[in-house]
Amino acid sequence: MITQPAFDSTRPLGRDDVARLAATDIPPGSYVNLGIGLPTGVADFLKPDIGVTLHTENGMLGMGPQAYDDDIDPDLINAGKVPVTETAGASYFHAADSFAMMRGGHLDVCVLGAFQVSFRGDLANWHTGAADAIPAVGGAMDLAIGARNVFVLMTLFGKDGSPKLVRKCSYPLTAVACVSRVYTDYGVFMITDHGVAVRETYGIDQRDLAERLEITFHDA
Amino acid sequence: MATVVPDADQAVSGIQDGSTVLIGGFGPAGQPVELIDALIRSDVRDLTVVSNNAGNGRVGLAALLANGQVRKIICSFPRQADSYVFDELYRAGKVALELVPQGNLAERMRAAGAGIGAFYSPTGVGTPLAEGKERRTIDGRDYVLEYPIKGDVALIKAFRADTLGNLVYRKTARNFGPVMATAAETTVVQVSEIVEPGGLDPEAVITPGIFVDRMVKIAGVSPLAAIGAAG
Repeated sequence: MITQPAFDSTRPLGRDDVARLAATDIPPGSYVNLGIGLPTGVADFLKPDIGVTLHTENGMLGMGPQAYDDDIDPDLINAGKVPVTETAGASYFHAADSFAMMRGGHLDVCVLGAFQVSFRGDLANWHTGAADAIPAVGGAMDLAIGARNVFVLMTLFGKDGSPKLVRKCSYPLTAVACVSRVYTDYGVFMITDHGVAVRETYGIDQRDLAERLEITFHDA
Repeated sequence: MATVVPDADQAVSGIQDGSTVLIGGFGPAGQPVELIDALIRSDVRDLTVVSNNAGNGRVGLAALLANGQVRKIICSFPRQADSYVFDELYRAGKVALELVPQGNLAERMRAAGAGIGAFYSPTGVGTPLAEGKERRTIDGRDYVLEYPIKGDVALIKAFRADTLGNLVYRKTARNFGPVMATAAETTVVQVSEIVEPGGLDPEAVITPGIFVDRMVKIAGVSPLAAIGAAG
């Protein structure tokens, strides 16, 4: 049996570690949608024996890994339009059914990237709001309100050092009060009805973290 | 009743200027490129196009846009790595955009096809895309009112049909096809193969022929296959 290395709490997590950490928290037997970008990497850390079924909103359950070379089929792509493979037991369906799976509350977990998450779980991940930006939303709003649990994977601070876990999102919202957990390089945050709780930190202590985020954490 | 026509030009004949055209596909997968090419040759103008994306590269939907035939596009995800044709037209103010969350896009067409007058959706509540829309709280949850999107014509791609218009699709190329087929006055389908009645397993039919008006067999590799994974 292969045991994966534990996470070193004395320094910030790397990109892959954040994905691996989120993967370990996905319950066995879940139906899961992984967003484009950082969240896609979660698939690499899902052990086959836990029976997680991946959903892709363009119309498939039971999505397998990325396809290469002779396995590439232009009719078999994921939501990021990357060629993928099918697993045994996969199914295909049309767009209205695919989104019924979300809105109808049938999807257990979605993992999304974010520009910002607010302390009450508002999500901003589709539009920077910049005047010259061409907006594109895809399935982000449907996923955010539909999945039973919304996990966000992001770096805790932007390139300019400003926090992305904020009192109020400055970017246009994707959905209101939808995020349940935030996985970041500096820690894992649980969004509860009472506020934000810290589950664990990496490379920073909770007091310094509270100071940088200008937040009072709720008890976990 | 569904009829088989000999070529793509006849399949798209009679489409009027100013029509609303539903175009199937999720990026390249399921995009009815040969029907779009015929629409370009027909030179019909002032179209409102409903499609998930706004074209890839310079073929298919992108070519239709480049030819100046589209007044407005209703879609969920216009911006992609290779959506430069749309990007340029949009920035120049030459094409209007109505951005719709993907699930609402699908459901609005489903509603049109099912004769539903409107519906309340939880998607988009509290976001800029719900501004100005009627809002209602039902059982403690907030919703916004969404109206159907009906097409004058739908152009879709399926894998195999029988001569009665029953359709099966292939893998994720199915995407919006079955929904759009129900939502337009005239549904036009390009398929790789057309078989006699009885040649499809009735249990496996995805779109029943009642939703299909015209079919054309298009063999060969789609030019979008060459784009592969791009965008």
